[in-house]
Amino acid sequence: MMEKMLLNIGPSHPAMHGTIQIKVELDGERIIKADVEIGYLHRGFEKTAENRTYMQIIPYTDRLNYVSPLLNNLAYAMAVEKLLGIDVPPRAKWLRMIFGEISRITDHLTCIAPIGMELGAFTVFLYMIKAREFLWNVLDATTGARLTTSYIRIGGVKADVPENFEDLLRKALEETKKAVRDVHGLLSRNPIFLKRTKDVGVVSQDDALSYGFTGPVLRSTGYYYDVRKAFPYLYYDEVDFEVPLGERGDNYDRYMVRMKEIEQSIRIIEQSLSKMEKGPVKAEDEVAEAYEAIKASQEGKYLDGKLKLNPNLEGMEREVYYKIMARVPRYILPPKEDLYRSIEGMIRHFKLIMSGHGLRPPAGEVYVPVEGGNGELGFYIVSDGTDRPYRLHLRAPVFSIMSALAEMIKGHYIADVIPTFASINMIGGELDR
Amino acid sequence: MVLEEVEKEFSLRRAESIDGIPTFYCHRELVLPLMERLKRDFEVLLDITAVDYLGRKEKRFELVYHLLSLSEKMRLRIKVELGEGEKIPTLSFLWKNANWLEREVYDMFGIEFQGHPDLRRILLYPEFKGHPLRKDYPLKKSQPRIKLLRPERE
Repeated sequence: MMEKMLLNIGPSHPAMHGTIQIKVELDGERIIKADVEIGYLHRGFEKTAENRTYMQIIPYTDRLNYVSPLLNNLAYAMAVEKLLGIDVPPRAKWLRMIFGEISRITDHLTCIAPIGMELGAFTVFLYMIKAREFLWNVLDATTGARLTTSYIRIGGVKADVPENFEDLLRKALEETKKAVRDVHGLLSRNPIFLKRTKDVGVVSQDDALSYGFTGPVLRSTGYYYDVRKAFPYLYYDEVDFEVPLGERGDNYDRYMVRMKEIEQSIRIIEQSLSKMEKGPVKAEDEVAEAYEAIKASQEGKYLDGKLKLNPNLEGMEREVYYKIMARVPRYILPPKEDLYRSIEGMIRHFKLIMSGHGLRPPAGEVYVPVEGGNGELGFYIVSDGTDRPYRLHLRAPVFSIMSALAEMIKGHYIADVIPTFASINMIGGELDR
Repeated sequence: MVLEEVEKEFSLRRAESIDGIPTFYCHRELVLPLMERLKRDFEVLLDITAVDYLGRKEKRFELVYHLLSLSEKMRLRIKVELGEGEKIPTLSFLWKNANWLEREVYDMFGIEFQGHPDLRRILLYPEFKGHPLRKDYPLKKSQPRIKLLRPERE
């Protein structure tokens, strides 16, 4: 009679990025049964959202899938905009697309890097993380944060891009292309990597559909479904890109689909950059910054009339504000110049911010999906006409994919758990909410 | 059209929707045959969730299913009204991800699914009391698993 052994992998394990527990029943080294325990990162996002105003929820959405925060922002903002029935100006749409695709690239880089590392190719990890760093610098320059961006707002985006944005972005994309090329050279035909990933963690197409897979994991089985193609949003129907498909649905195909999607995302960004109209050029006028005025006053000089006291964060001045934000006074905050210099602006701001007033969408319910890093990411919002959502639910792509993990690793060796788990790119924040 | 056929066959009630996704109310008893019929055209069960209308509607809960047809490029929303303590048949034999989705609804709302192979909490721990997404569960109530040295502030 064979002797079974019960082994706990996780919740804290050096090779598991993300806290989950897998209880495996072993026969020798072969897994005969697995049970996946999740919920270690449950923060009650949905309950919290029911008690926050619509604008307050945006920072919480950053923390769902924290390697592609802008896609979460986007899905949430689009859901609320659908509820309000407002449209977003073209420049904001292009910016949303560019930043969404940057996020998709960082998501895929973050997925592929640990696969390499866990299979012994530490160089791959360094190359990928280095490329990601360049992309995050681009995000940092525009949004002011690397991870918790809160950049995409209801009605548009927070700020216009800085002047050196295009150069920064093109440089980051070059670095990404280089990293992808190098990693192709290191992994794609590497016999050790192939042995560890080919025909491991196979999911058939029927199983993938039955488990509700979407995104790269579904496409790795050869099924053509991408929210950007099937239900185009923003300007995805105006740019030219392909949807890479796999064949067998094993770890190697999932790796390959993600690698190819990075290249497609770069294509989308490059097209968006050329199609988007150029941003307004700021005139260089002779005004002094506040610190210069103070310094001058200490020397006895007064810079009357030349003093610049800009109440804005960079990129949201009045001249550019309505190019990146919808002009809907009832729902959208006024530019800061209006707020501080006119009573109408003050009233508009007050009505949207103060408790008891607030952004009040009409009663109803919406489900709005976008193509997230891991698949269809949808927000289901029920509004009852008050300033807080009555119910907010996130359709997390990873949740459905993780429900298949137990079956994917069944029959394989215990060492195969790690690449299989890595290739589905579980993000705890999104899974446990 | 599939939907019109199904609407007549199962005497569904059409509800208005502002996002363009066809929405139907279905009777609790008819969920299983309806979903068996719909599975022929809608390959993917996207999501199961619930909404608690405590004190607003006659029946307390509303269970919401989101389906996706990849061949027809179409989404569908099915709603089921459930009173307190009413049970609903499981769909885990039709779609495999229904297993976890139903566990989450059970965990958060306490709605029981008949015939579910493994109905236990998924995101919260087994000792947790109550169901947090119910509207009568207090926002700031905490159930620490260790003894706190100082009592928590209200």
